[in-house]
Amino acid sequence: MAARFRPDPTFYPSPTMAMQAPPEQLAYVVLLDPTGAKRPDAMGVVDVDPASKSFAQLVGQLDMPNIGDELHHFGWNACSACLCPYAPHPHVERRYLVVPGINSSRIYILDTQPDPKRPQIVRTIEPDELFRKTGYASPHTTHCGPEGIYVSALGAPDGGGPGGIFMLDHETFDIRGRWEIDRGPQVLHYDFWWHLGHDTLISSEWGTPNMVRNGLVPELLLGGKYGNSLHVWDLRRRKHLERLELGPEYQMVLELRPAHNPTRPWGFASVVVSLKDLSASIWLWFLEGGKWQIKKVIEIPAEPADPALLPPLLKGFGAVPPLITDINLSLDDKTLYVSCWGTGEFIQYDVSDPHNPKKTGSVHLGGIVRQTAHPNQPDVKLGGGPQMVEISRDGRRVYFTSRCTPRGTSNSTPAASTAGWSSSTCRRTARA
Amino acid sequence: MSDAQAWLALLGLGAFHGINPGMGWLFAVALGLQEQRRVAVLRALLPIALGHALSIAVVLLVIGVLKDALPDAWVRWPVGLGLTGFGLYKLVRCRHPRWVGMRVNWLDLTWWSFLMATAHGAGLMLAPVLLGWRDGAAVDHASMPEHMHHAGHHAQHAVDAAGGHAGHAQHLAELGASTPLLGLLATALHTLGYLLVMGLVAVVVYEKVGLAILRKAWFNLDVLWAAALVITGVVTLAL
Repeated sequence: MAARFRPDPTFYPSPTMAMQAPPEQLAYVVLLDPTGAKRPDAMGVVDVDPASKSFAQLVGQLDMPNIGDELHHFGWNACSACLCPYAPHPHVERRYLVVPGINSSRIYILDTQPDPKRPQIVRTIEPDELFRKTGYASPHTTHCGPEGIYVSALGAPDGGGPGGIFMLDHETFDIRGRWEIDRGPQVLHYDFWWHLGHDTLISSEWGTPNMVRNGLVPELLLGGKYGNSLHVWDLRRRKHLERLELGPEYQMVLELRPAHNPTRPWGFASVVVSLKDLSASIWLWFLEGGKWQIKKVIEIPAEPADPALLPPLLKGFGAVPPLITDINLSLDDKTLYVSCWGTGEFIQYDVSDPHNPKKTGSVHLGGIVRQTAHPNQPDVKLGGGPQMVEISRDGRRVYFTSRCTPRGTSNSTPAASTAGWSSSTCRRTARA
Repeated sequence: MSDAQAWLALLGLGAFHGINPGMGWLFAVALGLQEQRRVAVLRALLPIALGHALSIAVVLLVIGVLKDALPDAWVRWPVGLGLTGFGLYKLVRCRHPRWVGMRVNWLDLTWWSFLMATAHGAGLMLAPVLLGWRDGAAVDHASMPEHMHHAGHHAQHAVDAAGGHAGHAQHLAELGASTPLLGLLATALHTLGYLLVMGLVAVVVYEKVGLAILRKAWFNLDVLWAAALVITGVVTLAL
């Protein structure tokens, strides 16, 4: 990998500096075959420059060579973590996309140069190699870290647990093996992120590959078998410290969004659904008096609906669950965006005081029952709903994806709506 | 090499190591920013300097012992070739140590700095200064007449003749007798230059300049560093 003479201009020593960056011009978004069997998934390139003639259009597309990968949350090879004061190496290039396939356990490395609109596959890590070197399967979220690329995985090659994190070398993309040295009681895995200033990693829980591969399993869900905890880790010693349990009724603790400012030891976690009342919730984790704690700060109730309009699993409830599929926090740590895929609502909260979020805005689009139309096509009822969310560095624009024809619509599962999203603004860049 | 030249070279290399963000000042600044107080910056400097000094001292002691025990070429050639090779390797493959951790006490910082200096070959870079200093003293003392025709030594001899003090100072190397002892002296001088520059940069960046400087002024020192290793390697061979 070529080294630069000056630091990569997209690395920022602080979130404030990142907010002053020039606006993004291109966005990368995964295009999924909802059947997983007919054609390969693809990486799409969208023009997001309002001054461009092809604004808001797909200007590039790279089809994967295989069918059924189910590409997931991808990320860059390098980011501002390369400025980490204890192991700085800011002259690497932020140009490769690490794209994991959750269904195939295959990982593609895409080069976005020389033409960012035409990314090319430069390396493929085949599932066998991943299984052999890590004992993990179903890779799904990547973060560039101070000393390598961290990738999370849902479970083991046989489809069971435990899920965890493995590492890729950020220069060669060779697999370096499992990250955990002592995983304690942790079995289920989903997202992870960190407080670099506190040597702390936080991870969340979904389910093993067997529990999610063909959509959620109703018996497991109603039995409260999906994840309901956060885990706190010693990032430096790769050791499990403690489990923060939300309560048995909270199912699927997924997205983690820590504050970008490294002196703020708090962050938000989203919970897809509560078995008690189908509500969704946002929780705040925070360090207080040397102890990590967690509390519910936002609850979004289910919307009553005519059972005739509901999929079988929901008929008995007579309500649509919000089903939070993604959340995102602006670089100044002041605004939180929440995608409610079930009700088709996209909500904005002022989280200047993270302990007391205030709802400041809402947009409806799609939804299981509402099916709100897009303003550009008011006559077309939309399925799906807001899904993965990305905020521009300056915090002035928000992008989100939808998934209109999720696999397993019968039980309207977020498991089927796992479109990955990232853009030239990489939501994982910001740290000082 | 005269004492003055050696001092300058040691302090200069100290400054060069001190100005490298990966060698300490950036970590000190980050600790200050994390704790949001200047004292955290200052507190980090001495442990970092200590770790750096330990790494340098180990290398120079080993070279010093070998120098006194073995024929000249047996030390110069391996050291010179090793330096050149290490530098070339660093030019091609700029790997960096994999340290993760911001919650550090002074022992962690010392160990961190020791690792960084060692991994970057900081001590090796000083090898030619030590060898040159030693040889310079030996040459000036023992075989001056043979070199009288040499312009440089001729001038030096004139200086010696002109002032007795200058002559004594120049021969510091031979007073200490053993090369390892000279190595420790070199380590101290080098670390002084390193600490001063690192501390100055850390405080100025923390107090005045701010982190934005990193985006503009942070040249790829890895390349320069590797080049310096190659150059010192060649110098060692040509001594």
